[in-house]
Amino acid sequence: MRNNIYIYIAVMTITVFLVRVLPLTIIRRPITNRFIRDFLYYVPYVTLSVMTFPAIINATENPLAGAAALIFGIIAAYRGMGLFKVTVICCLCVLIIEYFL
Amino acid sequence: MNSFRKGLKDGLPIGFGYFAVAFSLGIIAAGAGLTPFQGFLASLLVNASAGENAAFIAIKESVPYLQMVMIMIVSNIRYVLMSFALSQKIRPGTALIHRLILGFFLTDEYFALAVSQDPYCDPYYSYGAISFAAPCWASGTALGIVMGNILPGRIVSALSVALFGMFLAIIIPPARTSRPIAILIVISFISSYLLNTFTSVSESTATIILTIALSSLGAILFPVKGDNHAQ
Repeated sequence: MRNNIYIYIAVMTITVFLVRVLPLTIIRRPITNRFIRDFLYYVPYVTLSVMTFPAIINATENPLAGAAALIFGIIAAYRGMGLFKVTVICCLCVLIIEYFL
Repeated sequence: MNSFRKGLKDGLPIGFGYFAVAFSLGIIAAGAGLTPFQGFLASLLVNASAGENAAFIAIKESVPYLQMVMIMIVSNIRYVLMSFALSQKIRPGTALIHRLILGFFLTDEYFALAVSQDPYCDPYYSYGAISFAAPCWASGTALGIVMGNILPGRIVSALSVALFGMFLAIIIPPARTSRPIAILIVISFISSYLLNTFTSVSESTATIILTIALSSLGAILFPVKGDNHAQ
């Protein structure tokens, strides 16, 4: 059975919209609970870290290139370079290393 | 309008990164039988890399619609947490329409931009970033469907780390001044590696489990002093 792709897209759109929008519209006051506030404070750092590693190593054709991008990206970000510079450095890392390997 | 222009500028790297990631996503969408227009539409409406990836694979398998609902909930559940956090970054009294639009376009990157604003995020700042990056995301998907196999793999490989570069630029600078954040990043890297390598837990499920467990750990071990976080 072949389902309709437009219905799939509608299902995807509605589901993801509800997931994103319900907390944002229901919670309209500052949260006072200490644990919840601290928990939410740490969420983005943990989520982004978890999604970066080991995914960055699996994203490239050669895992070494991904590892280099990770290391040089961390150094660049640590030195205070902005989003764009760090991104370009990561891409160049992969391009150069995969050219030689 | 100053906020909008600032957002537009900060949205440039996000747009370029999105374009690259969406391009690879387009290759997967093509395999699932989507036309360039359908890919464009899906990306314009859904705005989720992991979520769309899972969805395209599901379309290829012709799963029942109800199963698609489950897949979208699981692969996007982290947005519930982000949406809660973002609700704290929006000035109380902000109109519902702004909340709905910000919710519709809630992605990891727009979220990161929003929480970097102090103390509150002006919706127009986010709209500036979205106005450039969202079209990049949608058109990148369509272009990936059209010509995914034309570009050399080496170029696609290099472009695919763009997104992670952005993640690093977001999480590393605060780690310089906050030891708890630095420690949590290291623990997150290690746990994520272990879970993805030695268990059969899917990547998006691992993200859910670790986000809840490690953020709780952080809140217990390192209570944030004073009021220097999102109110």
